[in-house]
Amino acid sequence: MINPQQHILHRGITSIQGPLVFVRNAEGVGLYDRVEVLVKDGGESRIGRIVSITGEHIVVEVFQGTEGLSLGESRLRLLSEPILLDVGPGMLGRVYDGIGRPIDGGPRIAAHERLRIDGEAINPIRREVPSEFIETGISAIDAMNSLVRGQKLPIFSGSGLSHDRLASNIARFARLRGAKEQEFAVVFAAIGVTFETAEHFRREMDEYGAMERIALFLNLASDAGAERLLTPRVALTTAEYLAYEEGRHVLVILTDVTNYCEALREVSSSHGEVPSRKGYPGYMYSDLATIYERAGRIKGRQGSITQVPILSMPNDDITHPIPDLSGYITEGQIVLDRDLERRGVFPSIELLPCLSRLMNEGIGKDMTHADHPAFAQQLYSSYAQAHQLQLLSSVVGEEGLTANDRRLLRFGERMEREFIHQGNERRTLEETFDIGWSLLSSLPDETLVRLSDSQIGEHVAPRRDV
Amino acid sequence: MTARAEVFWINGPVLKARPEGNFQMKEAVVVGEDRLTAEVIRLDVDSITVQVFEDTTSLKPGVLIEGSGLPLAVDLGPGMVGRMFDGIQRPLETIASRQGDFVHAGVDIPNLDREQAWPFQPEVAEGDEVRSGQRLGVVQETPSLANRILAPRDVEGGRVTWIAPAGEYRLDQPIARIRSEQGECEVAMLRRWPIRIPRPVKQRLTPEQPLLTGQRVIDTLYTISKGGAGAMPGGFGTGKTVLQQTLAKWCDADIIIYIGCGERGNEMASVLEEFPKLEDPRTGRRLMERTVLIANTSNMPVAAREASIYTGITIGEYYRDQGYDVALFADSISRWAEALREISGRLEELPAEEGYPAYLPSRLAEFFERAGRVTTLAGMESSLTVMGTVSPPGGDFSEPVTAHSRRYVKSFMALDRTRAQARFYPAIHPLLSYSEYVENSARWWQQRGGGVRWAEQRAQILELIQEQARLEKMVKIVGRDALPASQRLILVNAEVMVEALLRQSAFSETDRYCSPDKQIAMLRTVGDFIARAEQVVKDGIDPDALLALPVTRRIRRMGEDIPNEKPELFDELAHDLDTAFAALVPATQAATE
Ligand SMILES: Nc1ncnc2c1ncn2[C@@H]1O[C@H](COP(=O)(O)OP(=O)(O)OP(=O)(O)O)[C@@H](O)[C@H]1O
Ligand SMILES: [Mg+2]
Repeated sequence: MINPQQHILHRGITSIQGPLVFVRNAEGVGLYDRVEVLVKDGGESRIGRIVSITGEHIVVEVFQGTEGLSLGESRLRLLSEPILLDVGPGMLGRVYDGIGRPIDGGPRIAAHERLRIDGEAINPIRREVPSEFIETGISAIDAMNSLVRGQKLPIFSGSGLSHDRLASNIARFARLRGAKEQEFAVVFAAIGVTFETAEHFRREMDEYGAMERIALFLNLASDAGAERLLTPRVALTTAEYLAYEEGRHVLVILTDVTNYCEALREVSSSHGEVPSRKGYPGYMYSDLATIYERAGRIKGRQGSITQVPILSMPNDDITHPIPDLSGYITEGQIVLDRDLERRGVFPSIELLPCLSRLMNEGIGKDMTHADHPAFAQQLYSSYAQAHQLQLLSSVVGEEGLTANDRRLLRFGERMEREFIHQGNERRTLEETFDIGWSLLSSLPDETLVRLSDSQIGEHVAPRRDV
Repeated sequence: MTARAEVFWINGPVLKARPEGNFQMKEAVVVGEDRLTAEVIRLDVDSITVQVFEDTTSLKPGVLIEGSGLPLAVDLGPGMVGRMFDGIQRPLETIASRQGDFVHAGVDIPNLDREQAWPFQPEVAEGDEVRSGQRLGVVQETPSLANRILAPRDVEGGRVTWIAPAGEYRLDQPIARIRSEQGECEVAMLRRWPIRIPRPVKQRLTPEQPLLTGQRVIDTLYTISKGGAGAMPGGFGTGKTVLQQTLAKWCDADIIIYIGCGERGNEMASVLEEFPKLEDPRTGRRLMERTVLIANTSNMPVAAREASIYTGITIGEYYRDQGYDVALFADSISRWAEALREISGRLEELPAEEGYPAYLPSRLAEFFERAGRVTTLAGMESSLTVMGTVSPPGGDFSEPVTAHSRRYVKSFMALDRTRAQARFYPAIHPLLSYSEYVENSARWWQQRGGGVRWAEQRAQILELIQEQARLEKMVKIVGRDALPASQRLILVNAEVMVEALLRQSAFSETDRYCSPDKQIAMLRTVGDFIARAEQVVKDGIDPDALLALPVTRRIRRMGEDIPNEKPELFDELAHDLDTAFAALVPATQAATE
């Protein structure tokens, strides 16, 4: 793929342990530099990188498995440069493997530039605070957890839930207000998911005629585990090229981050590192941050990178280290719920644990609607009360509730059936507002404490049945 | 001759090298031709170990480490306020102008600009006797901040032999000469101070004044004192950062140090965007003119994260020594602790709890202990308040960083997921939080006069909250309707009080800052409501009927609806409360009429 200027062919493998290869020290190589592992002379090569240098040894992490390597026959080509990706025009509409090599039979990418896949931190002083509202067409997101350009907003899901459909709906529906069509692009990275999942996404996009705006990166469940550490980075490097060089607004979908974290744990334990919670390495927070923090906007640059990573919560447990650490880095989360899914609510978004931290930057007067913030707050507050009452009524029965409480209970049910549930239909923000205000009009003024008198007068009172 | 060493071992940001010459522990060193900044963290007979504060990608064995003979230090002088620095105090603006939009390793720049000239105004005359810590002159650092240039520590009892006339000077130009027992020395505005060593004071005092924050739940329930230390633990998304930024905006300190330690880049960007636009309600000046920002975002080098809180607190102490009340906010202490853990892991030290090194508690103690109210060397009173957020894994407060922080702070604001999910902000849990500074605040409100019964009202609020928690448990078993009127009244009162006083949106222009007068008026209004409600319920009114009154709705919204500048609206509200309650007719009476 790449023609390095300078390299050293090294034969001194002394040990192979899991994904790690130990070789005798060599001159001129640096930390995290790229390594090509030649299984046999003239045979295939695999990609790796130097993860530590100990005085006697160089430790190489091999991303594509160490099966078939041998001490005597395998060699390493040590390149004195980090892992780079060729980027250039024509990256969209293509399918790549998990390390960024085209696998669709098309031509190679004519390298315009070679970028470090692990990226570098955006200088915080150069960041532009994301503030442009994206209409995703999904009520529970647009009204209650608004997404803005440059945000990272993951979907916390569970195995078997409909996160893939939600993600592809977002990719299809998302309307970037004011952006010309061709400025918009999607980078989809499959990380350890099944062929079917990846293929499904591709077909949906194809049907929609959006394939030429998409770059697909596939590390499938059957591909090497350690390669998963590269896939999101390769995808994000491509996204950065598309955003910052070609000026596009890029939506990056990473699925499934849980598989990434498992690969990280596996590699970490083969290093013999002291684990933190549940065996995951103590640096998993910083490591995930190097992925998630690549979302954003940069002052004076045209494009943007919006991330919608998907992760499945092991045992539906939101306190599990993977969702927990992710939630500490991302700018909110959309949480799916098994119970709603069972009841046929789609998207099965459980509102209470959801959050969009950048919402306030992108909604309100001149952006969506002046009363949008109060509207969302009131729906949240009433829905939370309804939720409490649901728990309560399951113990004491509805008879123990006051008339107002019963009204709230009805409101909660209708929220789920009429507001959250929307099937595969796209809703405009105006339609969403209309449903929400109507639902609020079933509640008496005294419970609508988050709305001002004039907001009630304008939106709620006219919708009340007389 | 400076010591040198040759690198032979590389593991992330940690290097080992074979030394030639003498290195000291905590010595600042530079690595390789790119001159990466690093610090010695371990010494052995034939090797030294350093942590590098920058990205070590592509670093090769064989590169040379050069000693400096001095501990890792920051520049102190005018030019810090209003700016953003990285974890080892390099100005991010200058880095951006050299390197562009992304940060990469190897930028060899001074921390504070040596080229810029500052207007110096002398305050001593030749022949004057000086004491260390005494003012030699001032520099107007920003329109609202006079940077007081103090005499250094080692000139006690000396005399000024020369003082620069008023005029513009660069940081490293001499502005005075002082002759003391140690001989004659030249003094410039610029000082260096090692970040891991607390700056000396004459005396430590206990905190006395409250730090007013304009946040009702803090100013009335879980108060902070100037010179105190506090922790804000909470799971992700519970509102730690918003709360800290809110305090950084509205608290009545003179200087704010805000450290983004291992958190989001966008959060730092939003501070940079917002603070210059906001006005200090007390001085009318821009908030940015009193704020120093330190940023090590979660994807920036981890060793610099470990250093960032010391960099911040050293800068805080510098302004404290000038007689100012400084408030430092560190978000998040957990990320600092994790950085410590990561470095410790790479050194293969024996871990204690959850992989953290055994010295975690002592490091935490050292940090929080740098907070305090003091008498400076020159006899001025000033303070440094330290507030840190804690990000417990899974929101579990029994984990080591929360548990140990708790031992060293006196104000503990526990943020609660359930409240945050219902969008009830600030989501401070009233039963899990506490403050040991309440007496200071009680004294202050008392002395402020105006017939406020602060301590009494606070006790009443807490009691109400406790009763509410107890009754809600009963409601869960028997239902609300099964409770007698007297108990339902408590629930109604609690609901109104909590909503009216404790809820305060950081994004509401009217309510994000609540002046002391408004707080008093609101406390009084709620007190009135409770007193009246007790009366009418005694007379046979159903407590739940009170919730349906329009005036009750207005009380619950008064924070948002009534601005600080319109206290008369509270009198109006009180009047309407009277009228509405007087018009209530008990159901039984209504039936007989
Ligand atoms: N006082 C407040 N007023 C209004 N909204 C708030 C307040 N506090 C928090 N919020 C809302 O909650 C969101 C999350 O708050 P914040 O970012 O401070 O959480 P956090 O505890 O710092 O989370 P993390 O640990 O992941 O950084 C904010 O984006 C904001 O929408
Ligand atoms: Mg935060």
